[in-house]
Amino acid sequence: MTTFIAILVDGSIYASWLFLVSAGLTVIYGVMRILNMAHGSFYAIGAYAGASLVGWWFSGAGGNPYVSYLLLLGAALVAGLVVGFFIEFSLLRRMYGRDEILMVIVTYALLLILEDAIKLVWGVDPYFAYQPYGLLGRVSFSGLTFANYDLGLIGVSLVVGFGLWLILNRTHKGKLLRAVIHDREVAVAMGVNVKAMFAVTFAVGTTLGALAGALTAPAISVSPGIGVEVIVLAFAVVVVGGMGSIGGAAAGAVLVGLTRAAAVHLAPELELFVIYGVMSLVLSVRPQGLFGQTLVRKI
Amino acid sequence: MMRVDRTEAWLLGAGLALALGALVLPSWLTFLLTIAFAKGLVVQGVVIQMRAGLVSFGQGLYYCIGGYTVGVGGQMVGVHDAFALLLLSMAAAAAVAMVLGLLLTRYREIFFAMLTLAFSMILYGILSKSQSLGSTDGFNVRAVTALGWAPGAGGKMFVYVLTCGCAAVAAVLLHRLSKSSVGHVCEAIRENEVRVEYLGVSPRWMLYATYVLAAATSALGGGLIGMATGHVDPEMAYWTTSGEFIFIALLGGISHVAAPFLAATLFSTVRTYAIQFVPHSWQMILGFVLLGIIIFLPKGLWSLFRRTKAEARA
Repeated sequence: MTTFIAILVDGSIYASWLFLVSAGLTVIYGVMRILNMAHGSFYAIGAYAGASLVGWWFSGAGGNPYVSYLLLLGAALVAGLVVGFFIEFSLLRRMYGRDEILMVIVTYALLLILEDAIKLVWGVDPYFAYQPYGLLGRVSFSGLTFANYDLGLIGVSLVVGFGLWLILNRTHKGKLLRAVIHDREVAVAMGVNVKAMFAVTFAVGTTLGALAGALTAPAISVSPGIGVEVIVLAFAVVVVGGMGSIGGAAAGAVLVGLTRAAAVHLAPELELFVIYGVMSLVLSVRPQGLFGQTLVRKI
Repeated sequence: MMRVDRTEAWLLGAGLALALGALVLPSWLTFLLTIAFAKGLVVQGVVIQMRAGLVSFGQGLYYCIGGYTVGVGGQMVGVHDAFALLLLSMAAAAAVAMVLGLLLTRYREIFFAMLTLAFSMILYGILSKSQSLGSTDGFNVRAVTALGWAPGAGGKMFVYVLTCGCAAVAAVLLHRLSKSSVGHVCEAIRENEVRVEYLGVSPRWMLYATYVLAAATSALGGGLIGMATGHVDPEMAYWTTSGEFIFIALLGGISHVAAPFLAATLFSTVRTYAIQFVPHSWQMILGFVLLGIIIFLPKGLWSLFRRTKAEARA
């Protein structure tokens, strides 16, 4: 029973983290049809920005320790928007309309550049920003102890998921965005400013990635290579759920999160295996993912 | 006996000249070339698939299988013959590819890319958790013999000559393949799969055969790298390794069979110096070069030769 609860809670925490990481990826793919390999780097940039800002706050600036949460959010917002808009303007804008697979390679090149840019800006030594993690204390139930920060992550991802759903389904801009997702050319013909939509979508996607990174920063040691690890996980989640679907990303995150938690507690040597195992299994049954739409083949 | 055309004569001649170069070239250069040509073989696997319109982001899977087969064969099974080990590598990779290919050939474009990536990450996950194979550290590969002869101190030299030979023979065979009807059908599939289907050819089985062949070719390269470096680790199956192969493939382009070898040589040379002088900007250079190729030279560096040739004729 204890193991079961542990799997359930750990799984939920991991699932909410996975959702945060993959939400931006799926938003960008859904609107722009770009499978963004550089998403992991945005995650890393958010993590570095958050960690260095929080480190500065606790080392000298002083003041109320709870402000550090705002700093994490602010760091993610600024880093994500700046980097997102810059990349959209300088590179992606010139690439729209190319093959999807070519865009994968373009964003792969972007990933290589950003990985080293991060090293040049922040160096190769790890950053720690554990204070916000410890600040919230721990909670125990049925003989298990969990960090409140991790449990709070579940809340944050619920807010993010619900917020995205609200924007897409209950606002005018969201309706326009859905029109673009559904048929880009017709949307242009109807007078939707698709270029602006793309720019904003990309910046929102990057910011979501940076947010995931900044919120994860207190729980890990921020060091080179974290983005490269994260991106393949996010891919797995998004592919399982159906690329471009927010609900799909949520479902994928829950499925992958719980399976991984079960593996960690029951058969730890299978941990990495199960994530991609789930992905391959889902894809072999439903190639378009759980919530994906079937594509029509063009002659 | 089929006629040997000019390209094939060139390839065989270059292979022979390079192999004979073992007598005069300094050992650091032969080592660099061994790695480059072996990588070139792995990249051939990527290129074969690109000709058919598929981009594999998981060719590291077969690279790794090739390396580990050579390692396990020498260390645990007791097979030390280089030729036997390489054949085993290719057989192992082909066997895995025959199973995975059944699933993978149902996918195209980014789905194919993602699934191949996932499979190589599965292997990475399994290998980095298996204690008996040294988990994340990997293990050392034993020195190989050739038909009962132990090269001993000349082991590196032997692997170099072997690599030159394998690369030359593989290049000739792949060149023949690309000029054959099968090769032309693969290009047709890239252009328009549905029309190929209407012509009465099954694209799926064509792609299946391509996939298995690509796996065996890449495993050959992986096996040679294992012998040359004397070490294998799970990193070989990590997705960034596969990304490197895609980079080399795009650098050379898919229009000529020699392009991957030249691109791999260029890549290995530049990397040797870049890691020494600008260790933290190496990937950034790669990234910018990759963007530059995509924007300015979509057919790879090889198209530079082609263009000058065409202009000369005109």
